[in-house]
Amino acid sequence: MDMLAGKVKMTQVPDMAPQTLDPTTRRTRVTARDVTVHYGAKQALFGVSIDIPDRAVTAFIGPSGCGKSTFLRCINRMNDTIEGCKVGGKITIDEDDIYNPALDVVELRARIGMVFQKPNPFPKSIYENIAYGPKIHGIARSKADLDEIVVTSLRKAGLFDEVKDRLQEPGTGLSGGQQQRLCIARAIAVGPEVILMDEPCSALDPIATAVIEELIDELRANYTIIIVTHSMQQAARVSQKTAFFHLGNLIEEGKTEDIFTNPREKRTQDYITGRIG
Amino acid sequence: MSMPLNEHIVTSYEDELLLLARLTSEMGGMVEQAISEATTALLKLDREAAQRVRAADRRIDEMQHRIDELAVSVIARRQPMAADLRAVVTSMQVAADLERCGDMAKQLCKRTMQIDSLSLAPMFYNGVKHMKDLVAQQLQTALDAYLTRNSKAAIEVCSRDDEVDAIYNSLFRELLTYMMEDPRNITQCTHLLFCAKSLERVGDHATNIAEAAYYLETGRHLGADEQQRQPR
Repeated sequence: MDMLAGKVKMTQVPDMAPQTLDPTTRRTRVTARDVTVHYGAKQALFGVSIDIPDRAVTAFIGPSGCGKSTFLRCINRMNDTIEGCKVGGKITIDEDDIYNPALDVVELRARIGMVFQKPNPFPKSIYENIAYGPKIHGIARSKADLDEIVVTSLRKAGLFDEVKDRLQEPGTGLSGGQQQRLCIARAIAVGPEVILMDEPCSALDPIATAVIEELIDELRANYTIIIVTHSMQQAARVSQKTAFFHLGNLIEEGKTEDIFTNPREKRTQDYITGRIG
Repeated sequence: MSMPLNEHIVTSYEDELLLLARLTSEMGGMVEQAISEATTALLKLDREAAQRVRAADRRIDEMQHRIDELAVSVIARRQPMAADLRAVVTSMQVAADLERCGDMAKQLCKRTMQIDSLSLAPMFYNGVKHMKDLVAQQLQTALDAYLTRNSKAAIEVCSRDDEVDAIYNSLFRELLTYMMEDPRNITQCTHLLFCAKSLERVGDHATNIAEAAYYLETGRHLGADEQQRQPR
């Protein structure tokens, strides 16, 4: 026991695994009601309603073409840019209707940041990648402000120590995992409330994936995170709430541990156990 | 909630889960046979039969290791989820309970080797035999409930465990009477008391297996409330 005491500080052991934190006790940050999406004549989403808890990670899972990415993109109006795309229903962030025509979409996307499947740093320096957003949103009043935002964002994304001596080097010169963390730092720099992640680790190796997952776990203390992932193990590892989509429908949503140990719906069971694709 | 499951997309994964169930079923059969033969050996004081059952216990232990190894391997390589995860985890629990049942059969055999003679009233034999029949029935029903994912049958097993306890208590009182009647009975009666206790423990393990069966099918642990809600 003494040997153990020397190595493990018992006070550091959390009372419960993060996955057991009950997302239903958190206040709702994003609310979707009866959301439908049409691409021209084709309907891609059929009446999706879900509450996204604040300061927790919500994972969207489901087979390709199930509508999970389509729904994610509705949350910061990324679908606006797709011709023929029509979004119905209602999505709110803190009571603000995201599809209110009077809403400034640029401002909305600062409140709801996004990280994509493939790291997509600007072809600029690491510093400029982070500084660009705060500059165009008028967040930084001085160069000193900007410097601080860059350093803080890189620190929050767990990247600062790795790049602090080469901030002026191109962001594209970093490794895949570092580039993805740079993109996360870039999203953080404009002070978002919600971060959307569309398969953020699918192009990364397992170690870089683990680093991003650790980062997601740290970020959820301050941000509402929604992650679309093809890896059910990743959803089980990082999220507190999980929603399963199939053929454009939200089939089931609930606490992550319930979804992965005892789902209510047969289709969920069949998907997560590898019986339907 | 009971959900009929389709087959896995990956056939080899499906095969591994089927193998796990088959090994559990096979191990259950070995244990049922061991308990039956051990009890018969005790009542007939058949030392040769007792020796055979003791020797066969090694195969039961090996079977448990095989099930554990396969379950650990499936967890490591397949990362099972939901009903599959429960199937893998409970297979290890059930194998552990079955292995303990095998040990109980071995205990009966050890006692058989130590008792010189049985000179007790037929009522006692009937009591032990009745207890063994009931325990064997409990074990068989629990295993069937587990293998067929029948939570209703699992609840019945848990509800009937009181009957096993009642027979054990009755045997206990009977053996005490024999000991009080004639102190020369004390040695053999003490051995027999341990034998009755071993059978009672098998009943407890059958209950554990039934609880695993209930969890496997429903994803919920069988609480006392749920047992009481069911009509007997």
